[in-house]
Amino acid sequence: MIYGFAWDTSSPLAYALSILPILGIGLIVTLEAAISGFAIALVLGLVWCLLRRSRLKAISWTVAFVVEFIRDTPLLVQLFFLYYVLPDYGITLPAFLTGALALGLQYSAYTSEVYRGGFDAVPRGQWEAATALNLSRFKVYRDIVIPQAIPRIMPSMGNYAVSMLKETPVLSVVTVLDMLNLANMIGDRTFEYLVPLSIVGLIFPVMTTLCSAGIHALDRALPKAGFALR
Amino acid sequence: MTDSLIRFSALTKRFGDLVVLDRFDFDVAPGEKVTLIGPSGSGKSTVLRILMTLEPFQDGDLTLAGIPYHQPDGRGTFRASEKHLRQIRTHVGMVFQSFNLFPHMSVLRNVVEAPVAVLGLGRTEAECRAVDLLRLVGLAEKKDHFPSQLSGGQQQRVAIARALAMRPRVLLFDEPTSALDPQLVGEVLGVIRTLAHEHDLTMLLVTHEMRFAREVSDRVCFFDKGKIVEQGPPEKLFSSPEQPRTREFLKSVLAE
Amino acid sequence: MTWTHYIPALVKGAEITIVVALVSTVLGGILSFVVGIARVEGGPILSKLALVYIEFMRGVPLLVKFFWLYYALPLLGVSLDPMTTGITGLVLNISAYGAEVVRGGLKSVPDSQFEAARALNFSRAHVLLHIALPQAIVEMMPAFGNLAVQNLKDTALVSLISIADLTFQAQQLRNITLDSARIFTLTLIGYFIISLAIALAIRLVERWTRRGAAFPRAAHG
Repeated sequence: MIYGFAWDTSSPLAYALSILPILGIGLIVTLEAAISGFAIALVLGLVWCLLRRSRLKAISWTVAFVVEFIRDTPLLVQLFFLYYVLPDYGITLPAFLTGALALGLQYSAYTSEVYRGGFDAVPRGQWEAATALNLSRFKVYRDIVIPQAIPRIMPSMGNYAVSMLKETPVLSVVTVLDMLNLANMIGDRTFEYLVPLSIVGLIFPVMTTLCSAGIHALDRALPKAGFALR
Repeated sequence: MTDSLIRFSALTKRFGDLVVLDRFDFDVAPGEKVTLIGPSGSGKSTVLRILMTLEPFQDGDLTLAGIPYHQPDGRGTFRASEKHLRQIRTHVGMVFQSFNLFPHMSVLRNVVEAPVAVLGLGRTEAECRAVDLLRLVGLAEKKDHFPSQLSGGQQQRVAIARALAMRPRVLLFDEPTSALDPQLVGEVLGVIRTLAHEHDLTMLLVTHEMRFAREVSDRVCFFDKGKIVEQGPPEKLFSSPEQPRTREFLKSVLAE
Repeated sequence: MTWTHYIPALVKGAEITIVVALVSTVLGGILSFVVGIARVEGGPILSKLALVYIEFMRGVPLLVKFFWLYYALPLLGVSLDPMTTGITGLVLNISAYGAEVVRGGLKSVPDSQFEAARALNFSRAHVLLHIALPQAIVEMMPAFGNLAVQNLKDTALVSLISIADLTFQAQQLRNITLDSARIFTLTLIGYFIISLAIALAIRLVERWTRRGAAFPRAAHG
């Protein structure tokens, strides 16, 4: 039994149906991890992006290097790093948070590029007009640039969110109880891995196809010129 | 007329709801040089593209050297199998407004590629033929250059050589000089003129160069709204057009 | 142990990582072309099959693929050794994304090229192989470069099906010495160096496919 659900290995179908509730709970953990990780990636990515636009070469180059380093090294190793090293320095996070942090860190490297593309795509004239009107840099970003940038970056951000969802199984390695981990646990006890792993293998493509369709729909609903500000 | 090389019979071509050619009749004799003139959208380019099997048509008949374009049991938008279309294509060649040379191949390779791959010529023989044709168009010394290193006029001349290498019976020119800078137009027209005067190739030319059309054509056809309004020998059509629309068009064009 | 003692073991692991990455990238690249061409030129049935393959393979996470091949497949009678499992999983993974890159590349070849080829009466196969693909490959290279680096990162997961790659060696060392910070830092640096090498290699291949005179920087058709 896991989470109070027992399984029935009498036939493949019975087996599959009996473990669905367990995998369902794992699915929720998967989704929670992806959402938390993505939230971190969105914030951190923006931070990287703004720092790279800094006029101080020291800052922009260091940040550029850090982002490139994160981008070109595996999520698994970064995860191990956070999981094993942080406690040595007194920071003991629950496995879930460590996992979300690792996801957020890895994907912040991608989101910072998306932000950069979004900012660059806002025509130069917009920046200049806003500055000529003597708006503060903060207002320029908040009222002029960001509302115009968001519809452009939406599709890419959405795609990365879906990608992140597909990378959450890696977290199972540091004991996060996501769908894959639970499927393995069931398999460890019944020695019958085929059904649990196949179910997981089918749920993911279905989920990602639905999410991609959702992102398309959201993209079409957004005003192309930017969010209307009254 | 049984000696037409090309025969359009009541051919209708639609793009969605728009009828571009409406029960169109047209004959071309072997060796004839015909120029098609008329306003944009009048269907002249479409006639060429249909002949080149780049566009299908819905109703009517088209035959080339006695071969019908539609097969009796033909399927798909072209109502003919790819094999049948390829058989037709052996008789037709085309020179495009935007030249469409293959950018990743040298000039020589561009001219040699089709004879080798399609006609099965040996490499050496194909290269001989290619060099002769490049000499004809005045570009033999550029044979190892790449399209990006040539001017528009030079590229178009290579394109003509490339089309000739396939020895088509009919050569179609779809606004061959419209995409060229004015000073480059002459060199291309020169090549087309040589072809017209010294070869018995059947040529269909769509162009806005009226003076040139006058020089090389046996017959000029004025198109408007998918039909031939008037046609005849160039001296007749250009100097004393009969139809009012023809006169209007010629006035507006020659006034430039 | 000082950190220099970790290097030999890590280098041994890095060698395995590089071999796995190279083999899977090459095989995955080939499969990408097969599936991508099937998707673009395959006719109604084949291209739908290719589409299903692509959507499915992109949707299943790599680790799930590995575990399924390693633990579930034996129950269907096929038992693969870890290395074959790892490379198969990686190849299936790359081929799905790579097929889309191939498709994008072929779509980027201007229609006018196809028209000219048709006017010269080339067969469909010839148009694809000699006219479209050479031009498409130039467009595909940057995207393939990204996939190659991504694949390198993905190889780290083979450590979880007991292949002694760089990550595996790092884990082993950590279990013995508990010196996590230094070991994993060295590991990350190791991957970074390899990915820089891959990026450089891709740039060289890109330059080779452009071959100077054939492709000026901005021209099209």
